[in-house]
Amino acid sequence: MNPMSSPTFTQRFHAFANPARFMGLSDRLIAPCAVVTALLISAGFWFALVNSPADYQQGESVRIMYVHVPSAWLGMMGYMVMAGASIVALVLRHPLADVAAKSAAPIGAAFCFLALVTGSLWGKPMWGTWWVWDARLTSMLILLFLYFGYIALWATIEEPQRAGRAAAILALVGSINVPIVHYSVVWWNTLHQPASVFRADGPTIAPEMLLPLMLMALGFTFFFVTLLMLRMRAEILRRRVRVLQLALGEV
Amino acid sequence: MGEYFSMGGYAAFVWSAYGMTVFVMLALVIATCLDIAIQKKRLDALESNGARKRAPARPSAQTASEQ
Repeated sequence: MNPMSSPTFTQRFHAFANPARFMGLSDRLIAPCAVVTALLISAGFWFALVNSPADYQQGESVRIMYVHVPSAWLGMMGYMVMAGASIVALVLRHPLADVAAKSAAPIGAAFCFLALVTGSLWGKPMWGTWWVWDARLTSMLILLFLYFGYIALWATIEEPQRAGRAAAILALVGSINVPIVHYSVVWWNTLHQPASVFRADGPTIAPEMLLPLMLMALGFTFFFVTLLMLRMRAEILRRRVRVLQLALGEV
Repeated sequence: MGEYFSMGGYAAFVWSAYGMTVFVMLALVIATCLDIAIQKKRLDALESNGARKRAPARPSAQTASEQ
């Protein structure tokens, strides 16, 4: 075969050997994952809004925690998925890692946004203010802006390989912010309460409040995984469209 | 019932927090499903277009190699 000749249709599609397998696997996984997500979140809503006690200090406003805390966790997990996939994309050049990193960004950004909004809705009645520029809140806002920057970078560079490289580097540089978000309540004086679930000495939260929190956190995690697979499918289809357009000279 | 929805006086905060969460999560799902549908449609159109373009190209390529 002449290596100088431009790649044929079939050669171009060999690049999608891996994604093709992913398409088959995700096709089988999405429906059961969606069912598990729906069950967990329904049960979570029932316990969070109906079958759990009011807090002795916060009253009924404590129920905001059951969406706020899982959103914040997923906002950070989304970034870790994005940064992890970016390393794999940079080092191993795995074609799916790029797709996974790009697809995780909007989901993580949405949860990061939800953490900020629901936190604000809790802060107003409890702290007496919608917003303070303290370490936890500010580092979370920076996380949201990092997501925006990452998404914008993908949107600016047209060629997926080049966009992926640049975005992966941005994701890795920004990942320094994730431990800052997590330890911000330890390192700085802040209004935000410290961790009460993931602690070295075990959770300090009442069991009847831990149940709705854990159901929601698991439900949100399954939601993240299901949606990530769906978004990756969309991205793979988009790249096939691009390859075909180039091959047919329709760009 | 009214007492339940009043959430001990925090109704506006609790219900907007849950409303926002449901809204954002549903919006993500709908946007993603729409995106998949659009890409599938474009892919189908391109594939039928590609098949049409390549079909008549074959005989002329053959004659070129025979010459």
